Amino acid sequence: MPGNLRAPAAHLAAFLASLIMILPVYLITINALKSSSEASTMSMELPSELHLESFLIAIEKGKLLGSFFNSLLYATSATVIATLVSAMAAFVMSRHRTRLNRFFYLFLIMGIALPINFFTLTTMMQLTHLINTKIGVIILYAALQVPFSIFLIYGFVETIPRELDEAAIIDGCRPPQLFFLVILPLLKPVLVTAGILNFLNIWNDFMIPLYYLNSSANWPMTLAVYNFFGQYQSSWNLVSADILLTIIPVVVIYLLGQRFIIAGMTSGSVKG
Amino acid sequence: MKTHSPYPFYFILAALALYVTFFIIPSLSGIAYSFTDWSSYSEETEFIGLDNYRTILSPDENYLSFIGNTLLFTFWTIIIKTVFGLALALLLNQGVRRFVNGYRVLIYLPVILPTLVVALIFRSILDPAAGLLNGFLRGIGLDALALPWLIDPSIALYSVIGVDSWKGIGYIMVILLAGLQTIPKDLYEAAAIDGAGAWAKFRHITLPMLMPALMIVTVLNVLYGLRVFDIVYALTNGGPGYATEVLSTEIFKAFSKGQFGLGTAISSILFLILVVTGYLVIRVMERQSDRD
Repeated sequence: MPGNLRAPAAHLAAFLASLIMILPVYLITINALKSSSEASTMSMELPSELHLESFLIAIEKGKLLGSFFNSLLYATSATVIATLVSAMAAFVMSRHRTRLNRFFYLFLIMGIALPINFFTLTTMMQLTHLINTKIGVIILYAALQVPFSIFLIYGFVETIPRELDEAAIIDGCRPPQLFFLVILPLLKPVLVTAGILNFLNIWNDFMIPLYYLNSSANWPMTLAVYNFFGQYQSSWNLVSADILLTIIPVVVIYLLGQRFIIAGMTSGSVKG
Repeated sequence: MKTHSPYPFYFILAALALYVTFFIIPSLSGIAYSFTDWSSYSEETEFIGLDNYRTILSPDENYLSFIGNTLLFTFWTIIIKTVFGLALALLLNQGVRRFVNGYRVLIYLPVILPTLVVALIFRSILDPAAGLLNGFLRGIGLDALALPWLIDPSIALYSVIGVDSWKGIGYIMVILLAGLQTIPKDLYEAAAIDGAGAWAKFRHITLPMLMPALMIVTVLNVLYGLRVFDIVYALTNGGPGYATEVLSTEIFKAFSKGQFGLGTAISSILFLILVVTGYLVIRVMERQSDRD
């Protein structure tokens, strides 16, 4: 292909690919703004007149406010717990490479590949009195995020010079002070990455509440949306509004933190 | 004064306790329970040997087809995501010079959307009569291709594979793009001086240099594909009939029906498949980090 045509052709291809990728989001955005009859076919046409009432109905009937705060609670608390315990463990395992720590590291990151056994996990949740509780879901989510978080942070700890540890020890720092006052601030880039990825994973998850939360008062947004869809399947204006409100937080976090997300996704696979 | 190690073992304990309690103990005890008739409806649980596994592997039952569907899903999503992901990565790395980040942000967008939401939107797009896809196909004169995507048992699994691939292509693209960006430019310049064409450069420079990234991408896709749940559950819930049933959706059905013994057996089969794969993952990642 002649050089002067190559760039426009490449742009056209990239533009079309981008279009296909954002089409569904466009689709629900415009249909959320349509009247019930106009939205029934979920077409790409713009609404003939703007309807905002679908959002109010979705919030009220879909119990979106309560589920929004549930999602926020689960995602925030579990992210903080998982990221913190993973950072502590990754720091020690990365710095102090005994055979035992090496084994623990491999043992822990093996969790990236393992499936959950929901049956025996139910028994475990019952034994620990965590089943059908908010705190139970938080602890479970934290546990599930540990393997990948450790993998991510472990690699980053290596980039922090050991001389800092030694200097801090000579200055009289005890291990907790060394970690929380010296190391943790330096881990900030990887903690932000791990935090965002954990937050999005938990926010988007659907399986844990499906298995372990039967009271609708505890449902996160994903389960609330699914339930709402079951009730209002034919009212695509309402379903679209409900979906749009559910993904707005995710999309905002994505647009603000995409640099960190990409960094996390590519670390470990290709280090540049 | 006694000197303490600056790297105390108790720093690992919280992570280890969470992991062992909620991952390892359930998985291992699950293997033990898979030899029982454990059910949520009966108080007593009895040892029944290999009966659950016999049921799963019996040709009279449907379980083998669920394993088959899981493998088909894994295989085709890997192929589609890798081919399109690589094409897009090459396009952004070499084709377009500007707006690379803009395109990347847009193409990656589906990856961060909740899978459940993606499935619900596609249930509308793939609707045989009113759906956007068939409307588009009819509009350009391809009426013959306007199929009942999620309703026809012979193509439903491939429709699910298509939707899942659409969602995951951006993820693969981003990893491969990062891989492409680490390939030194002077390799291509040297090859150009030697008179190598575009295909020769791709075949002899890009592909070998990209191999580690392609390997990781494949492993991640295998791990994802074998455990797939959300997209299948929300698009078809395994139907029509059992046409799209995979291991994880069947596990959820066994859970709902209270067949805990049988369910743990299916889970244990999945567990064993993934432990083997997981071991390979660690080996690959290890080799990767040794190289740095």
